[in-house]
Amino acid sequence: MNKIFLFLTLTFITLTINAQQKNKKAVIKVEGNCSMCKSRIEKASIKLKGVKYALWSPITKELSLIIDESKCDTLKIKKAITGVGHDTYNLEAKKEVYNALPACCKYRDPNSIHMNHKKVKKP
Amino acid sequence: MKYFFIFFLSPILIFSQLNITGTVLEKNNKGEEILISNANIYWLNKNKGTTSDYLGNFTLPYIKNQKKIIVSYIGYKTDTITVNRLNLGKIWLHPEIKLEEVIIKKKINPLQKSLFKVQNIVTVDSREMLKAACCNLSESFETNPSIDVNISDAISGAKQIQMLGLNSPYLLFTQENTPSIRGASQIYGLSFIPGSWIESIQITKGAGSILNGYESISGQINTELVKPLTDKKFFLNLYANNYKRYEFNTRYNKVLSEKLATGIYIHSNLRNGKIDNNSDSFLDIPLANQINLMNRWQYVNTEKGWVSYFTTQFLSDSKQTGQIQYNKNTDKFTKNAWGSEVKTKRLDISSKLGYVFPELPYQSFGLQLSYSNHNQNSYYGFNQYDIIQKSFYTNAIFNSIIGSTQHKFKTGINFTHDTFNEIVNTETFIRNDNNFGVFFEYTYDNLERLSFVAGLRVDNHNRLSTFITPRLHLRYSLWDKASLRTSIGRGKRGANIFSENQQLFASSRIIDITTNKRNKNLFYGLKPEIAWNYGIGFVQKLYLWNRSLEFSIDLYRTQFKDQVIIDWENPRNISFYNLDGKSSANSLQVDLNYEIVQNIDLRFTYKNYNVNLDYKSGYLEKPLQPRNRFFLNLNYETIKKNEGKQWRMDFTIDSRGTQRIPNTNTNPQLYQLDNFSKPYSIINFQLTKVFSNKLELYIGGENITNLTQKKPIVSNSNPFGPYFDSTLLYAPILGSIYYTGLRFNIK
Repeated sequence: MNKIFLFLTLTFITLTINAQQKNKKAVIKVEGNCSMCKSRIEKASIKLKGVKYALWSPITKELSLIIDESKCDTLKIKKAITGVGHDTYNLEAKKEVYNALPACCKYRDPNSIHMNHKKVKKP
Repeated sequence: MKYFFIFFLSPILIFSQLNITGTVLEKNNKGEEILISNANIYWLNKNKGTTSDYLGNFTLPYIKNQKKIIVSYIGYKTDTITVNRLNLGKIWLHPEIKLEEVIIKKKINPLQKSLFKVQNIVTVDSREMLKAACCNLSESFETNPSIDVNISDAISGAKQIQMLGLNSPYLLFTQENTPSIRGASQIYGLSFIPGSWIESIQITKGAGSILNGYESISGQINTELVKPLTDKKFFLNLYANNYKRYEFNTRYNKVLSEKLATGIYIHSNLRNGKIDNNSDSFLDIPLANQINLMNRWQYVNTEKGWVSYFTTQFLSDSKQTGQIQYNKNTDKFTKNAWGSEVKTKRLDISSKLGYVFPELPYQSFGLQLSYSNHNQNSYYGFNQYDIIQKSFYTNAIFNSIIGSTQHKFKTGINFTHDTFNEIVNTETFIRNDNNFGVFFEYTYDNLERLSFVAGLRVDNHNRLSTFITPRLHLRYSLWDKASLRTSIGRGKRGANIFSENQQLFASSRIIDITTNKRNKNLFYGLKPEIAWNYGIGFVQKLYLWNRSLEFSIDLYRTQFKDQVIIDWENPRNISFYNLDGKSSANSLQVDLNYEIVQNIDLRFTYKNYNVNLDYKSGYLEKPLQPRNRFFLNLNYETIKKNEGKQWRMDFTIDSRGTQRIPNTNTNPQLYQLDNFSKPYSIINFQLTKVFSNKLELYIGGENITNLTQKKPIVSNSNPFGPYFDSTLLYAPILGSIYYTGLRFNIK
């Protein structure tokens, strides 16, 4: 009985190890407009431990990630991104943080995407 | 009589129905006129109107007191036209602009200094290459202030380049990141790469990266050639100048599938003008011809992540120079006349293989293999010089990250094998060099202000022993659009004293090598050269009155620990010996680029060099090196019209300050030169007319003020005497050059 239990535990451990991929690909929908948004979103994600690669496309609004699952998960990344003012699929950024974004990055206003970015000063 | 006619005609004008006529059409992308039928034409604020017929013509009855008609058609911008005559002629409608299709093109300067790259890199693109009249890599730097172009001597006409006050052997030349011009090809090799094959050039100031070797000291110059998959389908360039120089360049690319393409590139040139404008009985420019062929294959598979190139190049070049009456069949190795011939045959085979891991976009692997065989046979008067160099080079690089893309690294191994076989008059020098190197380069980017590249390589060389080459480049963003860069690095190399200083053979100077006979593992008995290079640079980009301005200052210092001194100070000798004392090269460069008026770009550069070294005869300034140099380039381009119609104008002034001339005091009075040369300026211009995207014509002038060195050759009347010397050259030999040419291409 003990032996079977041990065997099962071992199998379970191996399975969890296998399930935690070192190079896990993930795609998260992140709201944003421009290249300033892009660098803000990518910076917030890449600076987290376990995030190896982050690329956000302003056209598809998708953030492609490669993460080490043993160190990080997508929830942490989503929190970090909402923390700098960008809404993700099911997490919203706080109003104060969002309001502090430069005018061209205020993606909740549908007209902001057409803004002239040159006239906007960097924060 | 006149009044009679008016009287007679006026009733017709009054009583007949007045009609407004016109034709509606559009211009398509190719600039062809296309008639628009069924367009609506009607009076403003009235219901009366008509439509155009199948030829685009319309007739609209005139209505009193109405001045404007409206022309409209679906998909086109509605136009309002003031009726001021009966026949309105051609009315062009413009397609309605769809918002999502607007392409905003930013004007990119053909000479780019990067703000974000860690290394101090200037990128020169193919448009800049068009500005230089002609035709090969050595001439393509004439509009570029980072690099100095000099003529090495009054005989060979070879153009030599310098950076940071040091000659080209201290630069590392790479072709698509594979070392290319080194050893035997050092002097003439730059003229073996036709300008029209070049896609872009990257000039790195300072020590540069460790990936391609340990030899670079003052900088690296990488050329990217055109690639069969992205190049134009067909390209043709013809050139001719007033000294009977003709050039022919053509490229043909065939795309075999989405993934595979091949290209055949042909260059040939001919110089058959016997020019002696300064009447010194010597040709001002060699008679020459060259055939240069290249075939490239490119394979790209983006889904699987494979990229591969395979390139073969064959070159045959021959030059004849010397006295104008010299006949190579009867006068060779005689005292009938002084003459020289340089014949080169070269074969280059290289291949590259790259793999990007499809699942991991930051991870890749690259392999480079190249083989070259360089065979030069030459004589200069009674001096004979032959060199055969066979080289094999391979480099394997692995790119990946540590933790995240903030920490990238490149690591790999590299092996180089060179065989040199030289005949210098009666002496033979045979040398086999093998080098095995391991390198690691780490790149850090904190994504805010700081980034750096730190590289280290360890090499084992049969003559240079085992040694370490460290390089560090750092960039710090001070404020918006401003970067501060520093770099430090070490370089080491064995000097190929004959091939790098071939001009010495075109003189009666006696070769004197102070050798260290005890150690056979040396280069011609001379110790290898070791130098440290330090640099600091600042660049600021900004908008001044809505036009872009770029300002930069670079300060570099190269300090030699060991150097092979090339001593010209005794006019009867050329001596090579190891440095005993100090040797350093300091350089300051200030650049200012500004678009002064719409489409007129100004480039201004000031450079100051301070290159001094310990000769046996004392601590002296490096000879034939201007201390100060000013450079001014103005470029004007009209706005591109349909089909790319355009005018381009380019104007350059290059001023060089005084240069120290090697000591000639021990020569007889007649053969003595001043201690310093006079400053001078050279003016070049070029005018290009683009007729369409396919065809352009250009004309231009080089050195239009006809500035020349009056007596470029010492003792020209007695070339077999002891004072003959063509190496003391500080100004052009050839006067004004006027040229014309055309470029034709099919996309």
